[in-house]
Amino acid sequence: MSTTSTASASGARGVARRGGSAPDTGTTPRRRRIRWQPAWLFMAPSLTIIAVFIAYPIVESFRYSLYDWRVGADSQEWLGLGNYTELFGDERFWNALRVTVIFAVASVALQLLLGYAAAAALQRDGWFNRVVRSAFFFPTVVALAVIGLVWRFLLDPQIGLVSGLIERFGGDPVQWLQDPALALPTVIFVSVWKNVGFTMIILLAALKGVPAQLYEAARLDGASGWRLTRHVTLPSIRPALLFATMIMTINSLQVFDLVYVMTNGGPLFATDTLVTMMFREGFENFRIGYASAIAWVLFALILLLSALQLKLFRYRDVD
Amino acid sequence: MSTDLRAGAQSSLKWILLGIGLVFALVPFVWMVTGSFRTEADLFAAPDRLWPATWSLHGYRGIWAELPFLRLIVNSFVFAGVTTLLCLLFDSMCAYALARIRFRGSTLCFWLVIATLMIPFQVTLIPVFVELFHLGWLDTYQGLILPRATSAFGIFMLRQFFISIPRELDEAARIDGAGHLRIYFRIILPLAKPALATLAVLHFMNLWNDLLWPLIVTSSTDMRTLPAGLTLFGGQHVIDHAVLLAGATISLLPLAIAFFLAQRYFVAGVATTGLK
Repeated sequence: MSTTSTASASGARGVARRGGSAPDTGTTPRRRRIRWQPAWLFMAPSLTIIAVFIAYPIVESFRYSLYDWRVGADSQEWLGLGNYTELFGDERFWNALRVTVIFAVASVALQLLLGYAAAAALQRDGWFNRVVRSAFFFPTVVALAVIGLVWRFLLDPQIGLVSGLIERFGGDPVQWLQDPALALPTVIFVSVWKNVGFTMIILLAALKGVPAQLYEAARLDGASGWRLTRHVTLPSIRPALLFATMIMTINSLQVFDLVYVMTNGGPLFATDTLVTMMFREGFENFRIGYASAIAWVLFALILLLSALQLKLFRYRDVD
Repeated sequence: MSTDLRAGAQSSLKWILLGIGLVFALVPFVWMVTGSFRTEADLFAAPDRLWPATWSLHGYRGIWAELPFLRLIVNSFVFAGVTTLLCLLFDSMCAYALARIRFRGSTLCFWLVIATLMIPFQVTLIPVFVELFHLGWLDTYQGLILPRATSAFGIFMLRQFFISIPRELDEAARIDGAGHLRIYFRIILPLAKPALATLAVLHFMNLWNDLLWPLIVTSSTDMRTLPAGLTLFGGQHVIDHAVLLAGATISLLPLAIAFFLAQRYFVAGVATTGLK
């Protein structure tokens, strides 16, 4: 951090001296003349893409949500907040919101717990620990589409390894993804299985940054085991915990791939999330306006939860 | 004495739990690969076994017959490869301007880029789909690639990296008469190789794995990427599991090889950002 600020400070001095083909001082008073400014050329491709495919679509998305929008129609019917009032009266929406929140809370909590346990257990750098870390991390880089497919087959009541083993030990095959009561916990399990390596990597880096003197001092004071974790480790890695929690929450609120591949929202909408509902309304029923309203509710939810988490962690910081 | 015992019990418990974790992490992948060599009859007869009774290659033959699989592979490489390259070029150019050129509006541009980081992809998805529809770009490579050819995160990360490169280097080059283009190509980019490599791995991985975007932009089987093609094929009634498992195994192969060769870039990439 400190090197960054000194570098930019010396840079400011360097530019003030001015030189080369591009006059680029930010402080000269007379800047009315139109000058050749290379910065805009350097930024042109990125800014064009951002303007056309991100900035303008945000405005459009909100506009769509106020209409009964159909692709290619001659005129669109104005609804005002109609899509939103319909949404808040839609049983499916409340179901999708409930499923999404359960999914997010459960998978984030389990990922933090298991990711921390793995990071703490594998802290030391030996060849064996490195191999185990790689194995835990590998699912993180694999496509959710592939993981969803493989787990769907693994959990298949007829050909899956899981049911095969249950039957061998005398149990009955379980309808993991076909039973409405089991489908959501099963999808949460697979999501945690895939993403726990991410949490582990973030927390490992944080654990390595905890100064050894802190542990020594605490040990001299007679702390050990859980008290050491509670009063030394966890407070020291709080920024990493916050970062991991926020990223995981934002990602899990947007869950789509895994659900789409494993259950497509079923059975009986038991795993229907906000994004699978948006996909269905927008790209299968072609209700563009209604789907846009769902997207904005998701956006609001993400902003709200992020703000809440920031506040929560900062509040604890004051203690 | 008793603390020794407790420590011993604790460490053996730790090893048992790690062992269970390892089994959970690896068995699905082993089952995927061995399953791709098993016949349907074998899978139904002995679902509790991890190993094929006899090794059959019919899954690997079937995937080419049932799907335009070569086309899917090419599409995935074109989509992920070209988009990653364009992203690195455009992001680094934009980051260069933000980090190295002082001009009116640079702070505003920087904050605009940061602001777009907050926007969930789903909010812009539908209007972008409509735009592509009007442009006639649905189901084309340019429709798949161009909207994804820059990333706010990449610009942000590279800007931070470029700022940390000492200014004295550009100044020396400028005294020698170099312009911005030469400084960007000859000084900044070579010094930024580690950051560019990390970003390349991250972008390629996310694009290779992406499902929702190609699913929406493409509509013909010939334009699908691997995840989209396999998902839609697997969503139909599955007649032969080995075919799909073979497809999944092949689609995993490029990333798996890259992972074993360059794991530290994956770790660095994933640790600096969120992932899908």
